Amino acid sequence: MTDPSPSEIERVFRDEYGRAVAVLARQFGDIDLAEEAIQDAFTVAVERWPVSGRPPSPAGWIITTGRNRTIDRLRREASRGERERQAAELLAADEPAEEGVVPDDRLRLIFTCCHPALASAAQVALTLRLLGGLTTAEVAHAFLCPETTMAQRLIRAKAKIRDARIPYRIPDQADLPGRLQGVLAVLYLIFNEGYTASAGAQLVRENLCAEAIRLARQLSELLPDEPEVMGLLALMLLIEARRPARTTADGELLLLADQDRSRWNRDLITEGQAIVRQCLHRNQPGPYQIQAAINAVHSDAPAAGATDWSQILQLYDQLFACAPSPIVALNRAVAVAETAGPAAALAIVDGLDGLDGQSLSDSHLFHAIRADLLRRLGRYTKAARAYEDAIARAHNSAERHFLERALRALPNPPSTSAC
Amino acid sequence: MKQYLLSVIQPDGEPPPPAVLDQIMRDVYAVQEEMKAAGVWVFTAALHAADVSTVVRVKDGQPLITDGPFAEGKEHIGGFTIVEAPDLDAALAWGRKFAQATTLPIEVRPVREGGHR
Repeated sequence: MTDPSPSEIERVFRDEYGRAVAVLARQFGDIDLAEEAIQDAFTVAVERWPVSGRPPSPAGWIITTGRNRTIDRLRREASRGERERQAAELLAADEPAEEGVVPDDRLRLIFTCCHPALASAAQVALTLRLLGGLTTAEVAHAFLCPETTMAQRLIRAKAKIRDARIPYRIPDQADLPGRLQGVLAVLYLIFNEGYTASAGAQLVRENLCAEAIRLARQLSELLPDEPEVMGLLALMLLIEARRPARTTADGELLLLADQDRSRWNRDLITEGQAIVRQCLHRNQPGPYQIQAAINAVHSDAPAAGATDWSQILQLYDQLFACAPSPIVALNRAVAVAETAGPAAALAIVDGLDGLDGQSLSDSHLFHAIRADLLRRLGRYTKAARAYEDAIARAHNSAERHFLERALRALPNPPSTSAC
Repeated sequence: MKQYLLSVIQPDGEPPPPAVLDQIMRDVYAVQEEMKAAGVWVFTAALHAADVSTVVRVKDGQPLITDGPFAEGKEHIGGFTIVEAPDLDAALAWGRKFAQATTLPIEVRPVREGGHR
């Protein structure tokens, strides 16, 4: 690339891609055409901006250029059947391109990308590609899958949007809460995918966290009256704040209690806690807000020993009341261990497996928490067996190493296959 | 307007007892009437059980006839309706009413328009 400021154009691309695609997708009624147009406009920008200077409204320039060039191209190609119809429609619609911001368009686009008729993996890929402006290669890399697989997934998803006519609009008020849950779940999935430390692709995956936070921030600006959007943003900020402290220099995982809290990112904590306070003030609690509040309590404690576990337990009670699940009950038991002791917590944990027909015994977390409680009760043989069960079910190497270390650290370790 | 095929995914085997089935049929009929009143109804067919079906193929110009159904499985299409709807959300709203009435899953599939795509 000969462009003297490619990084600046790249930044504009990242910041404005979603908005630009969203505007043209509405005007063209076709996502593929909108993507082609915006990519084309950025190609022109790379040539022209270094010479003519950056336009006063980069987004407006990109949208207008993309739109005009696409209409010109379709006009030139008008003899080819399908394109002829598209050109005719676009020319008939001849609506001037927006210079200002039309926030609704990005909102429409995210509801289309996260439509429940699309598979979860496709929702995630579309959201990152269309709203995040990540390339197909970047999305593929982040999800550790071959680029051709990811390209196919995106093509199929866009074909379904077109052929099944998945609408490009904000859901009706009646459907909004349910559909918003779907959007938030996609953003949280992107975040967690990035947060789960995995050897090799760590840096790319950290970008996923930043991307999820950026998208949640946008969504909170577009839907300022939805407290769960704020809750999710706060939750991600507070978790992200601990990233610098969650692993040792050689990439080993550290428990919350063992982290060097001076390495937590204070700016993110301040922002996250301020949002949590706003949510409390608004008093329309929901699962993301309560989880954010739990994390806010953790980040309030200057040392692990100073954690206000009774408040955390109350919040888990509230979370279980509004979103009961075995995983919530399991996390609640951890707070019980701190307030009422490991024996009380173990009794709860042992009563959880098979509850509501859901089996927790496939979850490494269930066995890891049991192991820790057994260890604290001095029941080392049983603790060792529980660690082995957890190791067998752990998904990534950092988690596995952590559990193997805990197993080795037990007094009088029995001989095991894992050692 | 686009057309969508709403297929009822029905488990093989005995139908529910008459008392239950009668209520289901009344509910399904009510949804159909609602579709007709809304002007979206195109066509409906209820099917005999899948094990009554027959599969025919052509091999070397000769018909090859085998006992059906073609697809192995514990469920098969028990009937279908075609509706007109502006988009998938509207079609899914009808699918949801059918699912409620039939107490069975409904597969909503767009009909391909006679065009270039």
